[in-house]
Amino acid sequence: MDGLNIPLNHILLVSSLLFSIGMLGLMIRRNIIFILMSLEVMLNAAALAFVAAGAHWGQPDGQIVFMLILTVAAAEVAVGLGLVLQVQKRFKTLDMDHANRMQG
Amino acid sequence: MLEIGFFYIAATVALVATVMAMTRANAIHALIYLIVSLLAVAVIFFLIGAPFAAALEIVIYAGAIMVLFVFVIMMLNLGEKGDKQERQWLQPSIWAGPAILSAVLLLELLIVISQTAGPVSVTAVSAKEVGLALFGPYVLAVEIASMLLLAGLVGSFHLGRRYLERDNLEKQGDQ
Repeated sequence: MDGLNIPLNHILLVSSLLFSIGMLGLMIRRNIIFILMSLEVMLNAAALAFVAAGAHWGQPDGQIVFMLILTVAAAEVAVGLGLVLQVQKRFKTLDMDHANRMQG
Repeated sequence: MLEIGFFYIAATVALVATVMAMTRANAIHALIYLIVSLLAVAVIFFLIGAPFAAALEIVIYAGAIMVLFVFVIMMLNLGEKGDKQERQWLQPSIWAGPAILSAVLLLELLIVISQTAGPVSVTAVSAKEVGLALFGPYVLAVEIASMLLLAGLVGSFHLGRRYLERDNLEKQGDQ
């Protein structure tokens, strides 16, 4: 794959489009599962920007930050989905507008 | 030249699949579209010379994290009622405002990107280089990541354990 000429601009363009779509999803959905999915999309877009920058300068740092983002995403999803189960159990709905009291 | 064509195809697939995932009413349908989007991003990783990141994207993102989502959606058992409610929430009057706001932010981002980075060729970074850097200068980051994963493990176990205990208590109360 050496010497391949993909403009960095275009990769960053895809990354920022994905991030914006994820942010839009985060704002328009009320279901907590879709909110978590939108967060995944946003983290993935940020990871794409990091890997693209790392590849641009030929350094491994971008892929290392990608791995750290992967770790954060995994931990966040594990705790978030545990919270989804609790919210469904206590409020009998996944609408986040109903889950606005800290003490159930 | 063929690889550059592949890049644009993969980017289009990723964007379309993500839009579809964000607008579906059924959670499982959205999840399948999201998996397609992640696979397309993995193809982009491979094309820009990061084969190790591509493998991790498929194994951990599309494999492990998405399976977690599938299991939780199956446990919640939302059914047709959930779909109807989602469709009701997805009216244009609800998403027009956020769409305009995120479009404005996207525009700013695009202007900044178009002004700074120029087109430069992409070189491959092998898994060996990544490993050497990961356990060399970045070894502290590995430790922090392991502590983060441990905290995630303990947190999700705590939340899930109480969920199961409540279930058992309620069953005993019914008897």
